[in-house]
Amino acid sequence: MTKKPSSSKKTEVTDLGYDARQAPINIKLGQDEKIALYRDMVRIRRFEERCLRSYQQGKIGGFLHLYIGQESIAVGCTSVMGKDDHIITAYRDHGHALAVGMGMNEMMAENYGKVTGCSKGKGGSMHYFDPSRNFWGGHGIVGGQIPLGTGLAYALKYKGLKGACMAFMGDGSVNQGAVHESYNLAALWSLPVVFIIENNGYSMGTSQERSSAGPSLAERAEGYGMNWTIIEDGHDVLAVRDQVGQALKLAHDKSLPSVLEIRTYRYRGHSVADPDTTYRDKAEIEAYKSTKDPLSVFQLSLLAEQTLTTELIQKIDESACAEAETSAQFAEASPYPSLEDIKKDVYWEIDNPADRKSVGALFFD
Amino acid sequence: MPVITYREALRAAMSEEIERDPNVVLMGEEVAQFNGAYKISEGMLAKYGPKRIVDTPISEAGFIGMGVGAAMLGLRPVMELMFFSFYSVAFDQIFNNAANIRYMSGGLINCPIVIRGPANGGTNVGATHSHTPESIAAYHPGIKVVVPSNAYDAKGLMKSAIRDNDPVMFLENTILYGEACEVPDGGYLVPLGKASIMRAGTDISIIGHGRSIQLALKSADLLKAKHNINAEVVDLRSIRPLDVETILNSVKKTSRCLYVEESKPFCSVGAMVACLISDQAFDYLDAPVKRLTSIDAPAIYSPPLEKLQLPSVERIYQAALDTLK
Ligand SMILES: Cc1ncc(C[n+]2csc(CCOP(=O)(O)OP(=O)(O)O)c2C)c(N)n1
Ligand SMILES: [Mg+2]
Repeated sequence: MTKKPSSSKKTEVTDLGYDARQAPINIKLGQDEKIALYRDMVRIRRFEERCLRSYQQGKIGGFLHLYIGQESIAVGCTSVMGKDDHIITAYRDHGHALAVGMGMNEMMAENYGKVTGCSKGKGGSMHYFDPSRNFWGGHGIVGGQIPLGTGLAYALKYKGLKGACMAFMGDGSVNQGAVHESYNLAALWSLPVVFIIENNGYSMGTSQERSSAGPSLAERAEGYGMNWTIIEDGHDVLAVRDQVGQALKLAHDKSLPSVLEIRTYRYRGHSVADPDTTYRDKAEIEAYKSTKDPLSVFQLSLLAEQTLTTELIQKIDESACAEAETSAQFAEASPYPSLEDIKKDVYWEIDNPADRKSVGALFFD
Repeated sequence: MPVITYREALRAAMSEEIERDPNVVLMGEEVAQFNGAYKISEGMLAKYGPKRIVDTPISEAGFIGMGVGAAMLGLRPVMELMFFSFYSVAFDQIFNNAANIRYMSGGLINCPIVIRGPANGGTNVGATHSHTPESIAAYHPGIKVVVPSNAYDAKGLMKSAIRDNDPVMFLENTILYGEACEVPDGGYLVPLGKASIMRAGTDISIIGHGRSIQLALKSADLLKAKHNINAEVVDLRSIRPLDVETILNSVKKTSRCLYVEESKPFCSVGAMVACLISDQAFDYLDAPVKRLTSIDAPAIYSPPLEKLQLPSVERIYQAALDTLK
């Protein structure tokens, strides 16, 4: 039996000497840019804490999947996006949405099912979209967004744009067939896509060891000759920027796909409905929080270099809380969709009757 | 008689069959260690162990297809879809493999698999999680489809489904999981293909399946109270096999029919039933068969709007009055 060496590049960012702050992409960051990264993470956390309260008050229906603990990933990844870079993710989408610049008002209103929501109350918390900000959702079916992300990359290449798609998924999603089919397509056709696995250790109540064979999730890329990297310090927004920046560059310059596995952790249950009692203990959560909280870690480092001051930290926090509170009031005060709205946005031709070309019935009530 | 919930009834049925037949296994996402996303299998891992109660990765095409293969070799897998909506990830395995294997092998191969899980809207989980695919499933010869509306039927039908030698799609409902009724201990069976007359009446047949039946019973009470109308409520329980005889007998008696279901209207079960009635009982009808379904659009998230999109006691009541006009 012969073992053929892989041509793919692999990196495991575990070097002890590695300091993300010294990475070229980070060294050039100005003070304001660093503060903006910090502020975005704080805004995500405060928004979600407000969502949780609204959920507990019965204002939000269905599922609410909180991103708390993972903020460094959405913020780090989107901070290196250029004008032709796009993203797509799963149902745990609040962080990505805020990070690309969606507003809390439209997001909270969506959670409340109001017509002022980003999807007019039709999608809910799991299904945010903002194509104007290159954000393509917000998808409820595990792994279902990954072929779409591959398709966004295909379209970018087809149009000759120097952009890439970052397609986010969880550690449980890597076991969907559609993910593997997408890997192959991306590698076979050299598509500018970065598959980003946000490995928070669990898919619902199932730990990675109980769901996924093989030494690591990223390493599956090897079978397709794709580049892959494991980012152990997923809580470090600068480490995320560095590695994602490199993967994006590979996609931009050489139209090569890659797989990034970013180690992270979620503090809350899978969704707010998950009692979170069967698969991990509180000590595990506390241990992570106390050493690797993305906000605290970055805050400390910015304090040390005197980019942040305690006053500024407080100001950022208060303004994020106020922004979240305002969004809840906005959502509360907004109207629900009307009965007629149920049948809008189903067909382009129904919404654009003047340009309709087909004839015949489209609805059967 | 003990009063137990739909959830407990399903658990009892699966447990009894696991104890009765060593070839029965329960498999799905979070069914074992997590005790089930909707707690249907709560306590079963502790009782029956990891050989019989198996957690799967999130690989619906893979594990449902694996269940089909295992059934071909004589196991009786009960495969849980956390939401029935995820059946579409496994579409090919269900409708190409499970549905056709017996036929394509000239009857050499059986496929005694049960694919079960909740198929309903009404809990604001959005369009991707709210599919009601009973007509899509029943469209495929080779597949059987049941949709229990109450705990008693859930248990009896589940036991029959597990013993059945054909693939059975077993559509449950998260809103019904907590609903209780009298359910005997021990081993009764509800045969597939036998409808149940939930309320006898003479003026109109309200026929349907699933949770819509629970609503229709309340609408029937309203019709009686407000207009002295005696509605007969017929729960099909099983979509394929279908109890055509009970449908026709009821319609021949009442001369009017309203079909209620949570699915969308196009090619729905109600459309099939309306066709059967017009074929075989046309002369008995005093009015066209009416149907009440969900409003014809993907499931809306917005909680108050989703309520309006689905059948409700009020909508069924109104539709019945329209049928009686
Ligand atoms: C096809 C499909 N199967 C199952 C589910 C139910 N489900 C939703 S999220 C989830 C766990 C996914 O875990 P992971 O990919 O690790 O993402 P995380 O929730 O940790 O962000 C499951 C099983 C689903 N939405 N879609
Ligand atoms: Mg996960």
